[in-house]
Amino acid sequence: MAASKTIPEIEEEIVEEFEMLGEWPEKYEYLMNIGKHLPRLPETAYNEDNKVRGCQSNVWMITKFEGGKIIFEGDSDALLVKGLAALLIRVFSGHSPDEILAANLDFLERIGLQEHLSATRGNGLLAMVKQIKFYALAYKAKMTA
Amino acid sequence: MMKSVANTEFNNLRINAESFDVKSIRQDFPILKTKVYGKPLVYFDNAATSQKPKAVIDRIVRFYETENANIHRGIYHLSELASDAYEGARDIVQKSINAAKREEIIFVRGATEGINLVASSWGRANLKAGDEVLISQMEHHANIVPWQLICEEKGAVLKTIPVDDSGELILEEYHKLLTQKTKIVSIVFVSNSIGTINPVKSIIGSAHKLHIPVLVDACQAAPHLSLDVQDLDCDFLVFSGHKVFAPTGIGVLYGKEKFLDAMPPYQSGGDMINTVTFQKTTFKEPPYKFEAGTPNMSGAIGLGAAIEYVHHIGRQNIHQYEQTLLKHATEKIGAIEGLKIIGTAKNRIPVIAFTVEGAHPLDIGTMLDFEGIAIRTGNHCTQPLLARFGVSATCRASLAFYNTVDEIDFFVEALAKVIKKLKD
Repeated sequence: MAASKTIPEIEEEIVEEFEMLGEWPEKYEYLMNIGKHLPRLPETAYNEDNKVRGCQSNVWMITKFEGGKIIFEGDSDALLVKGLAALLIRVFSGHSPDEILAANLDFLERIGLQEHLSATRGNGLLAMVKQIKFYALAYKAKMTA
Repeated sequence: MMKSVANTEFNNLRINAESFDVKSIRQDFPILKTKVYGKPLVYFDNAATSQKPKAVIDRIVRFYETENANIHRGIYHLSELASDAYEGARDIVQKSINAAKREEIIFVRGATEGINLVASSWGRANLKAGDEVLISQMEHHANIVPWQLICEEKGAVLKTIPVDDSGELILEEYHKLLTQKTKIVSIVFVSNSIGTINPVKSIIGSAHKLHIPVLVDACQAAPHLSLDVQDLDCDFLVFSGHKVFAPTGIGVLYGKEKFLDAMPPYQSGGDMINTVTFQKTTFKEPPYKFEAGTPNMSGAIGLGAAIEYVHHIGRQNIHQYEQTLLKHATEKIGAIEGLKIIGTAKNRIPVIAFTVEGAHPLDIGTMLDFEGIAIRTGNHCTQPLLARFGVSATCRASLAFYNTVDEIDFFVEALAKVIKKLKD
């Protein structure tokens, strides 16, 4: 299923939504709510191979490649991380490897999450982004092979 | 012979050594007035690092304002002041842990460096293929990884004393693991993750029957218990300044004279040498043999001031007060539904680690932060211990003598609300 908006368009939407939120506690609440709606993965997906390293909680990510677009799905046992996964999936899922590789991550700073989500906080944001980019690279290589 | 330098910052302390007035004590710690998201700070992460009293902060400022110069080198007045202050701090440390000689006190960056120093310097000279190094399942990574590396280098074997379900060492297993092959035991006095106080004196006694030296990691013991290295009879002991109300970047390695004399240097360079030529260089005696380069002078002096501050309040007073905090916290926290306390040893410092069914520590810690509460979440640099308890992360509340019963009650109320919200 292809997304109709471009990555930059989705990022702008998110920036607008976050502008209406206040400080970090409200942003966290927002993330918690979108996290709650993240669907569970198929049971077989919860294995070591699908784990994203670099997070205090357990994070799993799986992908499908359909019609030149990568579909991302993810889950975590921490609500905050589920929320972050949901956010990233909204931005990156349903796009081509090239679009994903070209996407910049300014929006994270613009929504005020960057400072709260450094690697030291252990919530896996950077790790998940790296993993998404890595998948894009891998699928692109497969396509051109 | 070094003059001892008076730390005049204690002249205006409002504390009374006979009684424990936590309200007055809190006035000594400026950071406790901080607000977080507009709420008063409730600092429950003392096992990670401690807060500093004004007396320590002022002593460091006084050093930089009136005494700062490089030590051991100058013949001028300021250098003498700096050297006296630095060496005076060494004397304070020696007295505080009842070391027999000042030469047995080495200033290092922290316990991690201290353990690395022993593993590297003592280890390289004494370990060979097939030898065994004995640590425990509850060690901090700083007391695991240096030994792993030296064992790998030398072909030695790392063995571990197991921990039972309450978080206590299984001593029968310890005695089985002590053999002719064991060359050193390196053991934590108090666990940073679960608060267990280990019976290190008898652990050392058993090792000594087989002439096996023992290193004690006293990082979490130093803030809460009295240390007496002669009574313990430990061969090495380490602790870090930043956990005992002193600055970061300073720590202590205590070693018995006979060991330090025999050990080769760890880091080399200036200040640890007698003569240097391109043909041959000779080294100083301990402690200077192990103190290469310009040391963390203000750190050492700050450490001396922190030790004196704690002494002023009184170790017994602190211990009694902390045990009442521990009892209150354990009761209240333990009563929360769905919450499991990890680490229920009979003898503990006020550290409470817990998990909650259906709520991840990361979420709990994040939401408590919004209430101004600072706890730690994660594996606390003790991944093997947490794996033993079948968890990958816990919440940890670790208290100090400036925390209060009111703070505990506030914490418990906030925690219950957070858990309810997360489970909805």
